Amino acid sequence: MTNEELKLTIAKLCSSAEFKDGAQFLEVIVPAADLHHLCRELRHNGETAFDYLFCLTGVDYPTYFEVVYHLDSTRHRHVVVLKARTASREYPVLDTIGDIWPTAYSHEREVYDLLGVRFNNHPDMRRLFLEDGWGFPLRKDYVDPVRIVER
Amino acid sequence: MAEYREIIFNSDKIQTDDYFVNIGPQHPSTHGALRIVAKLEGEIVQSIDPVIGYIHSGIEKMCESLSYPQLIHLTDRMDYLSAHMNNEAVCLCIENALQVEVPERVKYIRTIMDELTRIASHQLWWCATGMDMGAMTTFFYGLRDREPILDIFEETCGARMTFNYNVPGGLMFDIHPNFQKRVKDFIRYFRKKLPEYDTLLSGNVIFKERTKGLGVLSKEEAIAWGVTGPSGRASGYSCDVRKLHPYSAYPYVKFEEKLATDGDTFWRYQLRIEEMWESMKIIEQLIDNIPEGDFAVKMKGVIKLPEGEFYQRVESARGEFGVFIVSDGKKNPYRLKFRSPGFSNLFVLNELVKGVKIADLVAIMATLDLVIPDIDR
Amino acid sequence: MAFSIYDFTDLAQSIHNGLSSSLTPVWTTVIEWAIIGILYILFVALFGLFLVYAERKVCAAIQQRIGPNRVGPYGFIQTIADFIKLLMKEIINPKGVDHFLYNLAPYIVIATVFIIISMFPFAPGLQSFDFDIGVFFVTAVSSVGVIGILLAGWSSNNKYSLIGGIRSGAQIISYELSVGLSLITMIILSGTMQISGIVNGQADGWFLFKGHIPAFIAFVIFIIAGTAETNRGPFDLPEGESELTGGFHTEYSGIKFAFFFLAEYMNLFIVAAMVTIVFLGGWQPLHFGTGNGFNAAMDLLPPIIWFFLKVCTIILLIMWFKWTFPRLRVDQILTLEWKYLLPINLFNIILMSVVVLMGWHW
Repeated sequence: MTNEELKLTIAKLCSSAEFKDGAQFLEVIVPAADLHHLCRELRHNGETAFDYLFCLTGVDYPTYFEVVYHLDSTRHRHVVVLKARTASREYPVLDTIGDIWPTAYSHEREVYDLLGVRFNNHPDMRRLFLEDGWGFPLRKDYVDPVRIVER
Repeated sequence: MAEYREIIFNSDKIQTDDYFVNIGPQHPSTHGALRIVAKLEGEIVQSIDPVIGYIHSGIEKMCESLSYPQLIHLTDRMDYLSAHMNNEAVCLCIENALQVEVPERVKYIRTIMDELTRIASHQLWWCATGMDMGAMTTFFYGLRDREPILDIFEETCGARMTFNYNVPGGLMFDIHPNFQKRVKDFIRYFRKKLPEYDTLLSGNVIFKERTKGLGVLSKEEAIAWGVTGPSGRASGYSCDVRKLHPYSAYPYVKFEEKLATDGDTFWRYQLRIEEMWESMKIIEQLIDNIPEGDFAVKMKGVIKLPEGEFYQRVESARGEFGVFIVSDGKKNPYRLKFRSPGFSNLFVLNELVKGVKIADLVAIMATLDLVIPDIDR
Repeated sequence: MAFSIYDFTDLAQSIHNGLSSSLTPVWTTVIEWAIIGILYILFVALFGLFLVYAERKVCAAIQQRIGPNRVGPYGFIQTIADFIKLLMKEIINPKGVDHFLYNLAPYIVIATVFIIISMFPFAPGLQSFDFDIGVFFVTAVSSVGVIGILLAGWSSNNKYSLIGGIRSGAQIISYELSVGLSLITMIILSGTMQISGIVNGQADGWFLFKGHIPAFIAFVIFIIAGTAETNRGPFDLPEGESELTGGFHTEYSGIKFAFFFLAEYMNLFIVAAMVTIVFLGGWQPLHFGTGNGFNAAMDLLPPIIWFFLKVCTIILLIMWFKWTFPRLRVDQILTLEWKYLLPINLFNIILMSVVVLMGWHW
């Protein structure tokens, strides 16, 4: 599918999705509530068939967290980037998509570990790299006077 | 799809004849500080839980405060065995973002270096796999053949492992005058030596018995778990970034993407051996045709990426390596994420090891080719 | 006092006579025991060190390396230096071990080695015990060694050790069968279980050649099973360093580890010596028939040299296995024994009985 066709399909599945063109891939900003539903449709719909989640990461913005899902289809070879934003920075929560792409479970753990975004329905929401009680280092307001030296 | 993992520390589920063994963080076959908490019943593995983070160094956090040319130096500390590919991924990402066209010479040299790195990485993997299987001699055979490659690297880049050879816009230096001759010498030498690998290990009946039909990963599972590289291709999953999204000089060369269908430990092993043959073919096509020209384009003193998000995929020795840069127009990235192949490959391990013996766990782990700094970053 | 390198009977007799002429019989016996004990300790220590050195050189040659070459000429002092290092090392008793069993285990392992070695005739007259059930005694005692390994695995309070110990138990007890049965095959041929009798029976040709096909099958099986009994690669599962980090001796250090280490190499010697005695004529030179010129030429080399030449050849063969093959898995190792070696062995016994009954052997 071309980006235009993808846009139409996604708009049909999720009316409140916003699109951003002109970037490297087609970028779709998905409301957090629709994320799981849209992902499941994109995965199982034969025309989109996004079966390969090749990157999942989180970005810290001043007022919200954004989790970025890079999806690829091994059948149609088209790529879409989904972005879901948390409602607030205080209690950042999104739905897990690990039941759709199991590789997401470990990536979500990484996002939780480094950014503190929690994922609903994740079976194993433990820290991945760091120990419990450590801060969330990829947040922009993370301070660690001992280990980070400002130059 | 099997359930992701049972909560193995749930005390209700522990039976009296189950017990836990910590394989690692200091263990001969984890190849680094990886810890596998294995739930065993006798010798049989019930489930495992990989515990990582022992050498987490916060590279992504560090990158946020470094300028683009500086952060390239951190990338080859991650997957030190495919250091050149990692460097190249960041450079390609920056070049694409700035729409810089690098000279043809750079593309050729980068591709040759990529493939040499791939061979060297697979050689070391072969050494380690043999050793995990209990065949110590493979270790010395592999290292013997890796030495000439490292010598070539040393002559051209000045380093044997962490090259830092790529800069945005090209290469740091031109190749050494001996480079072409030594690479050709090496290919001639290694074409004779690679069959020895088969006679020593792949052809061995004990090795075949131990690996065939072990740890089978189906194609659907491989895709769903994001298993790429030779491990994914052994399951029949065509995921070679060099073919799908060609970069550098890969569009100019003819090579095969080796695929297998069985998805077992033996084919994960065999495909890496075959990849070495393919890599040699690629190098042979390029080495005599390196075009004359500059080894880098002139870039601005301070590199600033335009605002936006950029993603670059390359094929590292372990699979698909990705760089995701979020730029806010400053001289350092707002957020930088490395999609490391080892990370995804590690977490499929639990699916593969249910019901196998401890020795098989080690064998499966070996053929997934885990490099721990790549996972921990 | 007649001394001949070809026959030690006179030497032993003259020492005995010399001692008994000046001492009471009790003291004679005690001093003879002491001499024999010191000789065996020296032999085990020195030959053990030599084997360690040999293994390092052999594996270096196989792996295209040089091996130890810094300490002493050709690195010959290296193993002695290593041994001194092991002696000086701190003996660590890990927390939670069963102290009595933990300390006992290495001694059981090393003691069985001494008992078995005392049965071997190195040359005519150079043998301390010669029971009429000698072969049976050797197999019986060598089974005791596994108790030491099991105890080491059990008492170390380490799961790796425990797995290693259990693997070792399963493996050694299974392969005892093959060792025993292939020895029985040869006993059928020799007609005696006395070790000196077996060796003397090969004066006109080694049993490997005398017994035709069944002897050769038994020979191959014995080498495989013997390698498995010594816990050496490709059967080194009890140690399995890439899986179990060190298996049953993970928690041992210093001299106790050295005991296991030495016992492993001496077990290698024991297997090679048993192969030599039962199949390759012990100290007997290579003879074909009796009283011909070829035999006379072979007799020029002293029997003790013959013995060690054959032992070292077999040891080299077993080392070659270790450095070539990958390790088997625990279920494969048991499958190999119970599904292949054991039936072949039983069939082989029948074959050998037929051969002996029909008089087809020479």
